[in-house]
Amino acid sequence: MDQPNQAQHAAVDVSPTRRAFYIGFINGAMGLIGLALAAPAAIYLLFPPKLRKGQDWVKTADLANLPTGTPTEISFERTRVDGWKVTNVKATAWVVKGPYSEVVAFSPQCTHLGCAYHWDDPSHTFICPCHASVFAIDGKVLSGPAPRPLDRFMTKIEGGKLDIGPVEPQA
Amino acid sequence: MSPARTVIDWLEHRTGIESAVKGFLYEDIPASAGWHQIIGSMAVFFFVIQVFTGAMLAFNYAPTPGEAYNSVKYIMTELTGGPLIRGLHHWGASMMLIIVVLHMIQVFIYGAYKKPREATWMVGVTLLLITLGFGLTGYLLPWDNRAYWGTVVTTQIASQAPLAGPYLLRLLGSQGAVGNVTFSRFYALHTVLLPPLTIILIGIHIYLVRKHGVAAAPGDTAPKRKFFPEQVFKDTVGIALAFIVLFIMAIVAKVPLERLADPTDTAYIPRPEWYFLFLFQFLKLFKGSLEVVGSVVLPGVAVLTLFLIPFIDRGPMIRLGKRTFAITFVLLAAIAWTGLTTAAVVTTPKNQESADETETPATETPEAAPASAAASLPATDVASPSAGAAASTPAWQQLNAEELAGLGIFKKQGCTGCHAGAGQKGIGPDLTKIPKEHRTVAWLVPHFKNPSQIVPGSVMPPVDLSAPDLNALSLFVLTLTPQNEAALLAAPDFATQGAQVYQMNHCNACHQIDGVGATLGPALDGVGLRHDRAWLEKHFADPASVSKDSIMPAYKFMPMDLDAICKYLLQLPKRG
Repeated sequence: MDQPNQAQHAAVDVSPTRRAFYIGFINGAMGLIGLALAAPAAIYLLFPPKLRKGQDWVKTADLANLPTGTPTEISFERTRVDGWKVTNVKATAWVVKGPYSEVVAFSPQCTHLGCAYHWDDPSHTFICPCHASVFAIDGKVLSGPAPRPLDRFMTKIEGGKLDIGPVEPQA
Repeated sequence: MSPARTVIDWLEHRTGIESAVKGFLYEDIPASAGWHQIIGSMAVFFFVIQVFTGAMLAFNYAPTPGEAYNSVKYIMTELTGGPLIRGLHHWGASMMLIIVVLHMIQVFIYGAYKKPREATWMVGVTLLLITLGFGLTGYLLPWDNRAYWGTVVTTQIASQAPLAGPYLLRLLGSQGAVGNVTFSRFYALHTVLLPPLTIILIGIHIYLVRKHGVAAAPGDTAPKRKFFPEQVFKDTVGIALAFIVLFIMAIVAKVPLERLADPTDTAYIPRPEWYFLFLFQFLKLFKGSLEVVGSVVLPGVAVLTLFLIPFIDRGPMIRLGKRTFAITFVLLAAIAWTGLTTAAVVTTPKNQESADETETPATETPEAAPASAAASLPATDVASPSAGAAASTPAWQQLNAEELAGLGIFKKQGCTGCHAGAGQKGIGPDLTKIPKEHRTVAWLVPHFKNPSQIVPGSVMPPVDLSAPDLNALSLFVLTLTPQNEAALLAAPDFATQGAQVYQMNHCNACHQIDGVGATLGPALDGVGLRHDRAWLEKHFADPASVSKDSIMPAYKFMPMDLDAICKYLLQLPKRG
């Protein structure tokens, strides 16, 4: 009963070839217009913005004030280019100073799903509260779902101060 | 059966969508329908374009006066395809309006509004007004000077409406000034209220067209035809041609983005969008107390008349050739519109800055002035006797201690990170080109304290300094010129630090440098010719030991400060 009445679409006044031409043109033109809108929109949404650089290196803590062998959370300000805005954001890092004053600075996010982990002194490990990933003091995954060791910031020491740079690219 | 057929049949059985679409497409239309009836479909198509591109823009647009401008600039300069999307939206708006008006003219000269199609006509007039409303509210959203000043004029016109004026003004959120509230209301109208309203009215409009059928030409008794595919083909040809024009416009014609809206810009000449220019010019014909006639009364009467046309012209449909009155009326209206618009265009002086700014997409100068304003240096409102000093001396020696201390603060605060100096690309504007009206300490100090409050949209962080330091910083900024900027920024640290020590210890309460300061103690210009470093150090430690009868108190500086102030003082040039 819902079957459309076939007689209805037989055009009364258009020959079959004209009809095919009309329908072909309608579909083709509308398809092209759709493409001409969809392609720029996809580029507009998916292409990264032209690069505006934020601040790369930030001076943070005095090296002398960092304890040796115990991870310390330090916080610092860095500029972040966020769309149309350049903002000063507070950033943190877990910093471990070794016996020869060599310093490793870990990005404060768990490599699993980005939760903030913390140093658990009794067990001498970094523990993520979200899905119980556990990392050693050198950032290696000990257990849990984390797919890779903790990410590290680039670091350098200048004038007794620890400079923190961007996150090291993963090997 | 093909898989597609199976899916369609399944859907049809559950929803009836196929028969609904077919019922729509295989509508009977009169044999006399044809090319002249494609414009309505084109209008719908352009509305769809506007909805799509508008949504795209909204993905990267911040709807507050503080950030709107920067986000539009971001779309225009940093996003690939951003200018194209904005171009489609901008020119699409103009084309949509043209098409809606053409559609109305077509219906008007054919007399297709006659009984029983009065309601169809009136919904159509409402849609025209909504289209104009989209134009009016969208105009403000880039929050550049053009947007701001155009809207100031618009809201002031609304305020002239008899009786309703003050309420309209309140509704538009613009008592006092156009700002946050007006902006939010325009944005809400443009994106939240008007689009669904338009969709509903288009739905009603099309429903009414279907209910009464497309108006046939008088005497058309030929067998009816189907809407699909022949008429749809004609509609598609019109749509495709218009879209090609739009696409070319969006690529070739630059969409203006002027300077950030500046309520203090007294030089700006506001103009509305081109399709409102005739109203703007029309208004000029009315002087004094008659102004309200031109701004509100007559346009109001015109709109009302437009609504009531089906009730004014009630005769039966007649052949196009016999509708001489309607055709003459349209021609006269077109001539009047063209005349008024031309007059408005011809009498509009060019906005200097808009020409400058729109040629090169401004990437880093939200607060920057037109280059022409910079020519008026040096700042006249600041005591700056050093301005004319000999060019052979280092640039820093031409600044007084307070200005030089300001330079020290400027560097220490990291101002150069954004205001990088001559020829360098920084995020902030070129400080040698501050607009004249901002060249005062009274403007700069509040601006430092809260940049985005003074300059909506500024991304500059607040400068947290003591009042004397802010003052010094302002004075320094005012000394900057395109000629001295690079040299000043390269000033040696001892000079800026020395000057800061000098300022911090209020040395100017007794001493003068370059004519600035008190005369209780000796002037310090050329002090290096009279004394050496050892003498100065001894003198600071115990003035009376080297200078008998000196009433100067002893100063115990930190070693670094002592070094800086000694070097600074010893290098002060002797003045004539």
